Amino acid sequence: MRRAPRFGVWLPPLAPSIVLLGLFVAGPIMWCFYAAFTNSALSGIAARRPKFVGLDNFTTAFTSSDVASSLWLTVVFVLLSAVLGQNGLGILLAVFLQHRGKLLRGVVGTVVVAAWVLPEVVAAFAIYAFLNAGGTLNEVLGWFGLGQNWLYTAPMLAVVLANVWRGTAFSMLVYQAALSEVPSDLVEAAEVDGAGPVGRFWHVVLPVIRRTVVTNLMLITLQTLGVFGLIYVLTAGGPDNRTRTLPLLMYEQAFKFGQIGYGTAIALVLLVLGAVFSLVYIRSLRAEV
Amino acid sequence: MRGPRLVVNLVLLAVALLFVAPLLWLVTASFDARGGLAAKVPGDFTLGNFGQILNWQVGGRPLVNGLFISAGTAIIAVIVAVLAAYPLSRYQLRFRRPFLYTILFTTGLPVTAIMVPVYGLFVRLELVDSLWGTTVFLAATALPMAIWMCKNFMDGIPVSLEEAAWVDGASSMQALRSIVLPLMAPGVAVVGIFTFISAWGNFFVPFVLLLDPDKMPASVGIFSFFGQNGLVAYGQLAAYSILYTTPVLALYLLVSRWLGGGFSMAGAVKA
Repeated sequence: MRRAPRFGVWLPPLAPSIVLLGLFVAGPIMWCFYAAFTNSALSGIAARRPKFVGLDNFTTAFTSSDVASSLWLTVVFVLLSAVLGQNGLGILLAVFLQHRGKLLRGVVGTVVVAAWVLPEVVAAFAIYAFLNAGGTLNEVLGWFGLGQNWLYTAPMLAVVLANVWRGTAFSMLVYQAALSEVPSDLVEAAEVDGAGPVGRFWHVVLPVIRRTVVTNLMLITLQTLGVFGLIYVLTAGGPDNRTRTLPLLMYEQAFKFGQIGYGTAIALVLLVLGAVFSLVYIRSLRAEV
Repeated sequence: MRGPRLVVNLVLLAVALLFVAPLLWLVTASFDARGGLAAKVPGDFTLGNFGQILNWQVGGRPLVNGLFISAGTAIIAVIVAVLAAYPLSRYQLRFRRPFLYTILFTTGLPVTAIMVPVYGLFVRLELVDSLWGTTVFLAATALPMAIWMCKNFMDGIPVSLEEAAWVDGASSMQALRSIVLPLMAPGVAVVGIFTFISAWGNFFVPFVLLLDPDKMPASVGIFSFFGQNGLVAYGQLAAYSILYTTPVLALYLLVSRWLGGGFSMAGAVKA
């Protein structure tokens, strides 16, 4: 690594990315903080000359049952599908696959990753067909007389399952990489001391890969907070708004009803929720050290 | 230890079966002239579903638009990211650490959350319904990950090779082009392919930023098809899905063969 050269040498190559990130990423985030306090809209007078309305959007947001219920649904969706589902199943698969034969590893790995590689909309179609009244699942459950339209009777469960199906591969790959770097003498020493497989995992492996767990949780949480297409295709937020998470509510308010200011306030709630999750994860890392 | 081993194997097989089940329908229905929503061996085997999709209006134009947007996104992101990675990898700049942390943090930012203000921005700049505008925006959102990966690949190339070039009077940009870039070509390809795959699958960004159905990429085109015909023509929907997925699948296989599985994502997380 060299000492910093003149301004004219290091700035030009960095300039395009600073401009693009500033204009299209940092700019919109800043604008969130401004527009959320205005009544800007897609059309009409408010579109040309948005007025400052103070905390009105937030008062509306937090007193309306819409945002409260969407916030709750989003938290449930993230906790069940990302934290519990993707993370839990991912770590379970990584551990179970660790000392298996090549064939089993190959088959399970390929199948799980296949769901992850599919484009979001196609993954949604596959799950839509699978859970539909006339779908594969009901075809099988029908033998036991259990068939029903899952997208209608249990919509939240359906979108959670869809997200687990689609996202588990990422956590599995992350944990496979992490497990391969756990020193095997540590595990063997614990085995000599009489620790069972669960004890070995809990007291030896987990503390070693703790950082990876937190990083993975943070990434999949932020990813899941932003899920739109999957839910939009499966249920479009329905039935009866029972799967209308914050991104869907934001889309509905901002683009269907043209309430840009209100939509931005919801986007801000989403960003803050992401920040809260991230803070909890980062703190948990610090508290344990 | 026989018992637990068997249980673990059975659990793994059950998981594999559950994961493969939703995929079966895509394959069976696409070859079935009277495909429904359940996966079953095609009773009336046909390639007609693919034929009916492969006309300019339904499948052709969206796939070409998707190719334009995704390739454009990948090219812009790779060029801009390689340029940015060079000073970040080679010079001791005062703001290097904060800049890199900001980049790393931004890779996790859900793009969905900023789409409303971005739409507002696009209205101001008169970029709504512009293929180029959408492409440049997608490139900008891909940049954090692209810069991060490029910088890591570049760190792996020894500086001593460039020093020889400087002695011969080459500038830093000449050294980047003629020495660093050829050595990190596989890394650049991985970044490009990764960016292409995520742009190809992105639904929300074109769905919001484009209006004209003729400009929509395949991700939105297939969704409109689902809305209009999906409830009757399941076979065609499955065939369309397969056509739309194939490029991504091929590129993924290419990269994973290259890097020996696991994709570079896992490496990016560890770093």
